[in-house]
Amino acid sequence: MQKSLLITADLCTSCMQCEMACSFEHEGVFNPAKSRIKVFEFEHGKRAIPYTCTQCAEAWCLHACPVEALSRNPQTGAVEVDDDVCVGCKVCTIACPFGTVNYNQDTGKVIKCDLCGGDPQCAAVCPTDAIVYVDANWTGYERMKQWAVKSDARPSA
Amino acid sequence: MDYVIVGAGPAGVIAAETLRRSDPAGAITLIGDEPEPPYSRMAIPYLLAEGIGEEGTHLRHGGDHYEKLKIEVRQGRVASLSPGDKSLALDGGETLSYDKLLIATGAHAVRPPIPGMDLPGVENCWTLEDARRIAAGARPGSRVVLMGAGFIGCIVLQALAARGVDLTVVEMESRMLARMMDDAGAEMIERWCKSKGVEVLTSAKVTGVEATNGGLRLIIDDAGMIDADLVVCATGVAPNLGFLEGSGVDTDLGVLVNEYLETGVAGVFAAGDVAQGPDFSTGKQAVHAIQPTASEHGRIAARNMAGHETRYRGSLSMNVLNTLGLISSSFGLWAGADGGERAVAADPERFRYLRLEFEDDVLVGALCLGLTQHVGVIRGLVQTRVRLGPWKDRLLNDPLQVMSAYLERTQGVA
Repeated sequence: MQKSLLITADLCTSCMQCEMACSFEHEGVFNPAKSRIKVFEFEHGKRAIPYTCTQCAEAWCLHACPVEALSRNPQTGAVEVDDDVCVGCKVCTIACPFGTVNYNQDTGKVIKCDLCGGDPQCAAVCPTDAIVYVDANWTGYERMKQWAVKSDARPSA
Repeated sequence: MDYVIVGAGPAGVIAAETLRRSDPAGAITLIGDEPEPPYSRMAIPYLLAEGIGEEGTHLRHGGDHYEKLKIEVRQGRVASLSPGDKSLALDGGETLSYDKLLIATGAHAVRPPIPGMDLPGVENCWTLEDARRIAAGARPGSRVVLMGAGFIGCIVLQALAARGVDLTVVEMESRMLARMMDDAGAEMIERWCKSKGVEVLTSAKVTGVEATNGGLRLIIDDAGMIDADLVVCATGVAPNLGFLEGSGVDTDLGVLVNEYLETGVAGVFAAGDVAQGPDFSTGKQAVHAIQPTASEHGRIAARNMAGHETRYRGSLSMNVLNTLGLISSSFGLWAGADGGERAVAADPERFRYLRLEFEDDVLVGALCLGLTQHVGVIRGLVQTRVRLGPWKDRLLNDPLQVMSAYLERTQGVA
């Protein structure tokens, strides 16, 4: 059963542990600048949203790659970068309309969320369940439910 | 159904693969005119910089990729097209018939009409064969003159600098990247290049190239002479249209195609650098010789060729460039829309620049310099035409808030 990250911004306290865990998992260092997930703060930190790749079906990054460095992992559904093939042309970074593929100037390659091969560390460390790793169909249902709530004309609680 | 694709670059290869998915039984022939497996010209600079080997430029890496998909890849050059009897004539006399044809012939390098451009040691940087010759001539310490500092020129600049050559760039226009960057951004890139030891001459016209004892000499209008071991010409490319003469397929700058990527001749489609198709920003027809457009064209043309009517919303002009470590990008109508508004954040000392262009409260174009994180959201905002509402005024005050604007207006948060 394919799973995906379900992010509930309301639960995020912007503790940044997800960024730390992501950076450590992928780069071996605790450096939020190297994280594939990024917490954006609004209203001077009163609200925050963890933001990363949704592994979208369109996969703009994958289709824009000139050398087939991006491919979908059939087990996890994640679109992954093959560092040995990526030439660092950065076309995927402008092609992704979600801005979730970034260039890493230190390595000359691009980086993006790969769901840590099926055990995403951001979800593992999130203390408030703002990030959870759940059945992909369920996130679809949740999205529909959220959308239904938003479309509701009644004032929200 | 017999599908013939002329051109084995990204548009042609992606079209062939898409056709196979759309029509498992069709016969697919992919014709390329170079003696190489289908490869990416975009990867050539990274080959020259020795980040990859030649196989790293190949579009697909599995050795039997095309056989497995029953795509016949063959070498040949198309001499002419006869839509009346649905056939192509190849150089050498062979004819090929088709039911549906895709013209994905790309472009060729164009040299300026200057005496001496045909001398040995003057190279384009367009094909793998060009790259091999440049690699042989551009050794550490070689005196190399790069003619042209447009988008391709600047990518080649990066590659030549990585080879440790003594590099001089000569650009005819008054600034580098005349079609991708404004004056302010181009000034920063030029200053950056000079700070990295690359000589850059703008508003400099090469009037002739001469052979000297063991080298070449470029005559520069107003600036005297430059001696060189190698001259690399990156002064522009032009679509490969020659074989269409007399075919009835309409051309302007490229092959004119509609929103289904079909030409005026039924059954004949065009894609990639050769195609002049719908421009997302202007609604007119434009040649956007960029990888994302080639990829989108290839897929959509193939869908339509296979009978699955698929409309194209138009290509968005965009580029991203690394000039000796300084990264720049451009999107859509970066020079502005009529009656639009502009927001600019500039920090020339730190080589950072962001210019946003609005039409009403919609982002229609942008330039970025020194900013690489989440730049894709600019495409997201432009291509979805999201109304920015109150965020427009916030961006006019502080364009660097573009990611926050994106998150709130498209992801419904904050």
